[in-house]
Amino acid sequence: MIEIKDIEKSFGSNIVLKGISAKFEAGVTNLIIGGSGSGKTTLLKCMVGLQTPEKGSVQYDGREFTEMNFEQRIEIRKEIGMLFQGSALFDSMTVEENIMFPLNMFTDQSFKEKQERANFCLERVNLEGKNKLFPAELSGGMKKRVGIARAIAMNPKYLFCDEPNSGLDPKTSIVIDELIKEITEEYKTTTIVVTHDMNSVMGIGDYILFLHEGKKFWEGSNKEIAHTDIEELNDFVFASRFMKAAKKNF
Amino acid sequence: MNFTNFGKYLLLLKAVFRKPEKISIYMKAIFQQMNFVGVGSLGLISIISTFIGAVMTLQIAFQLVSDFIPKTIIGSVNRDSSILELSPTITAIVLAGKIGSAISSEIGTMRVSEQIDALEIMGINSPGYLILPKLIAGITMVPVLVICSMFLSIGGGFLGGTLSGAVSPAEYIQGITTDFNPYTITVALVKAFVFGFIITTVPAYEGFYVKGGALEVAQASTRAVVVSCISILACDYIVTQLLL
Repeated sequence: MIEIKDIEKSFGSNIVLKGISAKFEAGVTNLIIGGSGSGKTTLLKCMVGLQTPEKGSVQYDGREFTEMNFEQRIEIRKEIGMLFQGSALFDSMTVEENIMFPLNMFTDQSFKEKQERANFCLERVNLEGKNKLFPAELSGGMKKRVGIARAIAMNPKYLFCDEPNSGLDPKTSIVIDELIKEITEEYKTTTIVVTHDMNSVMGIGDYILFLHEGKKFWEGSNKEIAHTDIEELNDFVFASRFMKAAKKNF
Repeated sequence: MNFTNFGKYLLLLKAVFRKPEKISIYMKAIFQQMNFVGVGSLGLISIISTFIGAVMTLQIAFQLVSDFIPKTIIGSVNRDSSILELSPTITAIVLAGKIGSAISSEIGTMRVSEQIDALEIMGINSPGYLILPKLIAGITMVPVLVICSMFLSIGGGFLGGTLSGAVSPAEYIQGITTDFNPYTITVALVKAFVFGFIITTVPAYEGFYVKGGALEVAQASTRAVVVSCISILACDYIVTQLLL
């Protein structure tokens, strides 16, 4: 479980996060949604330590992350897997080497054991046999799946996904969403997904945190989101004609 | 502003020297970088050094018009100029262009494509993993390249001088073997060590803190080469003043 309390972050005079608090439980898919510039990615980066919040705390199962030094943070980060918006695969390495990279760095496993683990992760994301390809030879969806395979290579307790569906066609987006949900439920990870994809919100949003202008505006599940009267949330969720039409059936 | 940058540069260097996560992975990266910096630049340095040596000999011969000065002096002036100044400095400036731009764009591209963030999230000390192997390769291979450059520059002087008839082979060889002070080699190697440090760390710094996209990576790469060259020349003066 990850708990954030009163997170504040600004860039110069621009206040991006205004005192956000939330609890993200393990074994369920937690979504952070909001419009562009609402502070979703900044909040995610504050949680994993890529940005330093000016105020507030981030706790990983009761362990205070914001006050940890570099060495202490490394221990937490070994338990974190992250899928980046652009996949962030290492260009100079093959798919297999990308997945084996954290294992090479932090385990004393033999090459065969690491290769078996890489094969298992690739099978898990339905990319068997793609071991020797380089990132440049993969499609956008395949890169995301390799990103997930790399993120789960170390059996993470916490899985972060930054806009996993961006740039993907609807069918591939659903595949990625389902994969994230399956992994979350199977390994009981605390999964946090930043998205503005409404299919993801309706499909896998067990817990949804809606940010608007840097503030926590609403929290609930995908079953509740369709029935709120909050104008800002409705404007965001039912912005498209398709979603407006679909709302009648919710 | 420049003091801020210098402070950030020092803080980055501090992070570079944190304990490596796994020595074997770093060793592999160090050898790869040594191959890139050393072997990959040998051809270019050889061509440049040979021609510079040849041109230097011709120019020294052109300026020595007095009959009171023996022609052997051409060899000794070329030797000392090559060892003390031309080989270390020209090698470093050429490498700042070749290696420096490559380091800056590699690390800059990793920054803008979130690969550095990915390293950090995994719990890896990204400055150490990305910069330390390059730094070690720089401070070991640049002196090796400078030594090669010294020999080739003096050899180029022999070729240029004898082929043009500016100096006879015997006079040139007598010149380069007379009154040789081995301390000049020490000065040159100290310079090469300092230059190797600059050539790798300054571009790494420029690439590491890039923000934006392809345009900013290109700008950082240009800035890396310019700052490296100026730093090399400034350090060249300081080391020369301190050691000679």
